[in-house]
Amino acid sequence: MKKYDSSRRKFMQISIATSTMLLIPRAGFSQTQNHNEMYVPQFFNQEEWNFICAITDQLIPEDELGGGAIAAGVPEFIDRQMLTDYGTGALFYMSGPYHIDALPTLGYQEQYAPNELYQHAIAQINHYLQQKYQKQFPDLDAETQILVMKELEAGTIPLQGISSSTTFFNLLWKNTQEGFFSDPKYGGNKQMMGWKLLGFPGARADFMDFVDKPGKPYPYGPVNLAGKRG
Amino acid sequence: MLTKKAQKTMPKTDVVVIGLGWTGAIMSKELVDAGLKVVALERGDHRPTSEGAAYPGIADELSHVQRFRLFQRMKNSTVTIRYNDESEAVPYRQLGSFYLGEHVGGCGFHWNGMTWRALPEDLQIRSKYIEKYGEDFIPKESTIQDYPVTYEELEPHFEMFENVCGTSGQAGNLNGKIIEGGNPFESPRANDYPNEPLKTLYSGNIFKNAAKKLGLHPFPIPASNASKPFTNPYGVRLGPCNYCGFCEDFGCYMYSKASPQTTILPALIPDPNFELRTQSEVIKINTNDAKDRATGVTYVDKNGDLVFQPADMVLLCAFQIHNVRLLLVSKIGEPYNPQTGNGVVGKNFAYQYNTSATIYLKEGAINNPFIGAGASGTVIDDFNGLNFDHREGNFIGGAYIAATNTGGRPIAQTHTAPGTPNWGAGWKQGKKEGYQRTISLNAEGSVLSYKDAYIDLDPTYTDRFGIPLARMTFNWHDNEYRQGDYMAKQLTKICEAMENVESFSVQKITGDWDTRNYQSTHITGGAITGDSPKNSVVNKYLQSWDIPNLFIYGASAFPQNLSYNPTGLVGALAYHSAKAIKERYLSNPGPLVK
Ligand SMILES: Cc1cc2nc3c(=O)[nH]c(=O)nc-3n(C[C@H](O)[C@H](O)[C@H](O)COP(=O)(O)OP(=O)(O)OC[C@H]3O[C@@H](n4cnc5c(N)ncnc54)[C@H](O)[C@@H]3O)c2cc1C
Ligand code: SF4
Repeated sequence: MKKYDSSRRKFMQISIATSTMLLIPRAGFSQTQNHNEMYVPQFFNQEEWNFICAITDQLIPEDELGGGAIAAGVPEFIDRQMLTDYGTGALFYMSGPYHIDALPTLGYQEQYAPNELYQHAIAQINHYLQQKYQKQFPDLDAETQILVMKELEAGTIPLQGISSSTTFFNLLWKNTQEGFFSDPKYGGNKQMMGWKLLGFPGARADFMDFVDKPGKPYPYGPVNLAGKRG
Repeated sequence: MLTKKAQKTMPKTDVVVIGLGWTGAIMSKELVDAGLKVVALERGDHRPTSEGAAYPGIADELSHVQRFRLFQRMKNSTVTIRYNDESEAVPYRQLGSFYLGEHVGGCGFHWNGMTWRALPEDLQIRSKYIEKYGEDFIPKESTIQDYPVTYEELEPHFEMFENVCGTSGQAGNLNGKIIEGGNPFESPRANDYPNEPLKTLYSGNIFKNAAKKLGLHPFPIPASNASKPFTNPYGVRLGPCNYCGFCEDFGCYMYSKASPQTTILPALIPDPNFELRTQSEVIKINTNDAKDRATGVTYVDKNGDLVFQPADMVLLCAFQIHNVRLLLVSKIGEPYNPQTGNGVVGKNFAYQYNTSATIYLKEGAINNPFIGAGASGTVIDDFNGLNFDHREGNFIGGAYIAATNTGGRPIAQTHTAPGTPNWGAGWKQGKKEGYQRTISLNAEGSVLSYKDAYIDLDPTYTDRFGIPLARMTFNWHDNEYRQGDYMAKQLTKICEAMENVESFSVQKITGDWDTRNYQSTHITGGAITGDSPKNSVVNKYLQSWDIPNLFIYGASAFPQNLSYNPTGLVGALAYHSAKAIKERYLSNPGPLVK
């Protein structure tokens, strides 16, 4: 029995091929960006919105499997979440004193609610990139964007007042996946594309008829909370 | 707030119950049936199944899991956490490694339903290990102790809880007779489970075959997800589980998962001797000046008014951590002092230690992970309790190893194929592949109690009323790391014996307790049971040693943590106590143990 060996993996070869392809800077985000152009952000300002659109497009790019974060409406999802009890921090204990330098294993210790964390982080990242490349994130070529994202993830981009750029990156990546996979009523997962990708039947929530058929492909597409079929 | 005088005093009642979760519901029902007037104070809202779990709204992962729809509003109150005495604690600002419930039904509304009986040696841990391995085998810094109650005493009460829950399972030991397909290590049961086991799902089948090949003893997890329509001893009806996959963290829209809502409240709420007051948060247990009698409780009602509810009996049913905090803020009992080892309130806080394996199946495997139930799965007990030789691994305790399938929900319950990049190009492909082809095993392990693991009040952080938060001081010790090494070896063997496996990896905890990602809500201790006021807060009937008209229910009573999920034992201890109250305390209200 072998342990994981990623170099053998077929999908990896595909993904390597795709990523080379994606290194060519693309004009705009994709043909499916129209939807997000129609949506008027309620929370983010233009600079923040451009950042979110550009970075989520790199987190889940469009590929031969179909639309990515942009087509799925992830930026709209994130924007809408920022005004909920989650975004404003009303779900969390947000009283001081704050110890943002506490060990990461002790959990979220930021002095900012999620929506404030977005604002503070985006402004500082763009400022940093302006100094380094004389450009903001959306204007960088794809290769540099990915490099910057790896730095964000590794925590090496200095952010004042925030424990580390990793915290921000992780939050953004978590919200991006939520937007890709949650019910379409929250603005993301348009056409249930995240669910279709996996083969998740959405809100069906009744498998009485299929529990006796282990290993058989499930024949029905997803339904959402509004009762629509995907 | 704690020193303010109540604005209002309610008419006196026989019994006041703090918190209407599993234990609050059990005790309210048992005492109302004994003819007492019971007032239950619940800080959350009333959430009957028809409102809190109605389809389709219930099938919403974002709202229930990611945004904690049914859980405690951390804004109002939380706990603080640190690893040792020397460091400053920081607040547990967002729910992570354990979740806290709120609202009627408590955590029992959105639990998984795994329903275990404790092994006899779990209850007599210190003496049984000394008997088998000698005194030196117990780590010096460990403060484990025997329960003052045995498996034999609890057996009928385990059965009662299973019957109330309509637990679906396969007996392994009926009155000493070992039954094929059940757990051969289980302690004798007088009767079979009320319902037949849930169906074995894809991952359970693969695991079962591998375990059998190795000579291990797989059996279906005892599940309080009813496999059939069922009517329980209170006359409440449960529907059959349809494997909807929205179980733990959700209420059950099929009325199949046992919860206070689906098993007790329909028979309790209409009783004229019962009164439920929601949005009523108890902030203090009141006592007389001598501190040998509880006079009632003080709570903040839905209008924000401070109210005094006098009562002859006070039942603390607020969940492990809230129980301990209420005792501490009410200044009942002597707080535990880790330096001297004196004091008992807050002592022996423990958690669980998990080791796991992620298995990537061969191309073409279809696992359909979305078909699942909270407690559906296959499990072995070969490395639990005293069922194996501990000398090789050199640790006390054990783990059950299970393949469970609870839902495959896309945000939080998916895996990527091995080698998938964390994000970006290639991630989608890896997610798609991983979704159908990954299964996992979990070894849920016990944790010992230690001198330096305890609960006290935080000196800095407070809740919305300005009352100090509970502070957890806790980390793993060498015994747990050694358990992880041992379980990782067993998991590796099992993975190697599995069919259809392309590759696998085994993960064990090495560093500090990671409070960020969900592990289990099985936190225990702090108001432990024992055989004397010197070593415990409550006696074997969960009656306070100091204050005989105060009873404290829930996993706060566990002197150390089992590998099993706690609620079977929590329920059995509650029924054991209810019996003693009805048969002995009511006619002669005083200490049940002298
Ligand atoms: C996601 C999840 C899955 C779980 N799965 C399992 C499982 O599979 N098997 C198992 O054995 N266990 C499981 N558990 C644990 C199980 O739910 C608990 O052991 C059980 O509910 C404990 O019962 P309790 O009565 O002590 O507390 P709870 O059921 O939590 O009830 C406590 C109640 O007290 C109320 N309360 C608290 N403080 C106050 C106050 N100051 N004033 C008024 N009211 C108050 C709370 O709001 C709550 O309603 C799980 C828990 C969670 C969260
Ligand atoms: S899986 Fe079964 S028990 Fe769980 S919520 Fe769904 S129907 Fe209820």
